[in-house]
Amino acid sequence: MATPLKAWAQRFAFVLLIGAAFGLMMLTKADTLVVERARVAVNDAVAPILDAVAEPVSTVNHVIQGARGVARLQQTNTNLRAEIERLSHWQQVAREVEAENASLRALLNFTPEPGKRFVAARVIGDQGSAFTRAVLVNAGSADGVAKGQAAVSGDGLVGRVAEVGHRSARILLITDINSRIPVVVGPRRDRAVLAGDNSLEGSLLYLASDTTVRVGDQVTTSGQGGVLPVGLSVGVVSAIDEKGVRVRSMVDWAHLEFLRIVDYEMPGLLAPLRDPGAAADSR
Amino acid sequence: MKPSAWHRLDEAARAVSPFAVTVLLALFSVIPQRAPDIAPVMPALVLIAVYFWSVFRPDLMPFWAIFLVGVVQDLLTGIPLGAGIVPLLLVHGYIGTQRRFFASATMPMLWIVFALVAAVALALTWVLSCLVLGALVDPTNAALQYLTTIAAYPCVAWLFAQAQMAFLSEQAPRVGGGR
Repeated sequence: MATPLKAWAQRFAFVLLIGAAFGLMMLTKADTLVVERARVAVNDAVAPILDAVAEPVSTVNHVIQGARGVARLQQTNTNLRAEIERLSHWQQVAREVEAENASLRALLNFTPEPGKRFVAARVIGDQGSAFTRAVLVNAGSADGVAKGQAAVSGDGLVGRVAEVGHRSARILLITDINSRIPVVVGPRRDRAVLAGDNSLEGSLLYLASDTTVRVGDQVTTSGQGGVLPVGLSVGVVSAIDEKGVRVRSMVDWAHLEFLRIVDYEMPGLLAPLRDPGAAADSR
Repeated sequence: MKPSAWHRLDEAARAVSPFAVTVLLALFSVIPQRAPDIAPVMPALVLIAVYFWSVFRPDLMPFWAIFLVGVVQDLLTGIPLGAGIVPLLLVHGYIGTQRRFFASATMPMLWIVFALVAAVALALTWVLSCLVLGALVDPTNAALQYLTTIAAYPCVAWLFAQAQMAFLSEQAPRVGGGR
C-alpha cells in the first residue's frame, strides 16, 4: 500500500510534470529552434520504421485500386483517348508559345532562370491532425534536401520543407494553418499570399483591392523571396465570398505517395553563403 | 530461490509492455493510410492507452512514462509540443483520485466515463493548441476526432484486456492494488 511519503512524491511528480508540459509550450512559443531540433530527432529516429511500414500499406492500397481500375478499364480508355485528342492540340499551342518565348527572351537578353534539381522522396508519415497538415518524407540533408525547398507532386505544389533531419524531412503542406506561399493569380498576374487554414482550400491574403480575380483563375507561385521556383501550379480560384478569395489545390491529398523536392539553386539570395567545397561534398 | 537473469529480463519486458504499446500506438497514428480524410480525425489512440493503463495498471504507467509518451506523440503528430501532454497527465491524475470507483467499474461504465474524460481532454488539447498557434483552429476536426476516439475505445480496450490477461495476469496487483 502507498505510504503517505509515496503519495506525496506522486503528487509532487504530477505537479512537476504538468509544469514541465506548460514549460514546453512556452518553449514552443518562444524558441522554435529547440523544438524543431527535437522534432527532427524524433522523426529521424522513426523514419526507418515508418519507411518499412509505409511500403506494405501502399502495396495493399495499390492492389485494391488495381482491382477497381480493371473494372473501369473500358470507360477509362475512352476518356483517355478523348483527353489525348484535346491535349495534343494544347501541346501544339504550347510548342508555339515556347518557341516564341525563347525567341523573345533572346531578343530581350533575359537573365536565364537558375538551375533546378529534383530529389524524389516517398511519403512515410502523415502528420495530419486536427491542428496541422504535414507529411514526413524519407529524404533528408543526406540527399541534399534543405529547409524552404518546394515539394511538388504531379498535380502541383504540395508544400515546402519545414524541418530537415539526416534522412527525413517534414513537409508543411500548403493547407496548413502556418503555410504562407507567395503567388500570382489569373491572367493579370496579381500578386498575393496564399494562406492555409487546415481545410482543403486556402485563402488569398494581401490581394490588391482593384484586382479582378474570377473563379477559375489559375494560381501559381510567384517566386518572390527567391525560395520557391516561379510558375509552379498551386491551384485554381474556387470561390469568392465575404470570407475572401478561396483557392483549391489540384493535389490529391488522400493519395500523396511520392513527392519531388525542388532544389532551386539560387545561391546567396536568402541562404547564408556556404563554402562551395562543403556544399559539393554534401551532395 | 533467486530469480534467474532470464526470468528478471522477462519480468522487465512485461513491466514495460504497456509503455511500449502506447508508444507504438503513437507511431501507428502517423502511418499514412491513404484513406481520404482519415488523418485529421484519427482516433486519439494514445489517450485510450493512457486511460486504460491508468485504470488497470497504474503501477506500470507512472507520470513520467506518460510525460514521455506525450512528448513523443506531440513531436510525431506535429501538434504544438505540450498541448497533448497536459491532458494525458490530467487524465492519469484524475483516475488516481477516483481509484475506488474505477476498481469496481464495469466495462460499459468505463466506456461512459472515458467519453466524459476524452471530451475534457480533447477540448483542452484544442484550447491549448489554439493558444500556442495563436489562431482559432476549426474545431470541427477536433470534434470528429472525439467521436472516432469514443468509437475506437471498445476495440482498443478489448485488445489491451487480452494483452493484459496474456502477459500481465500472473503478476499480483489488480485494479486498485499498489505495490
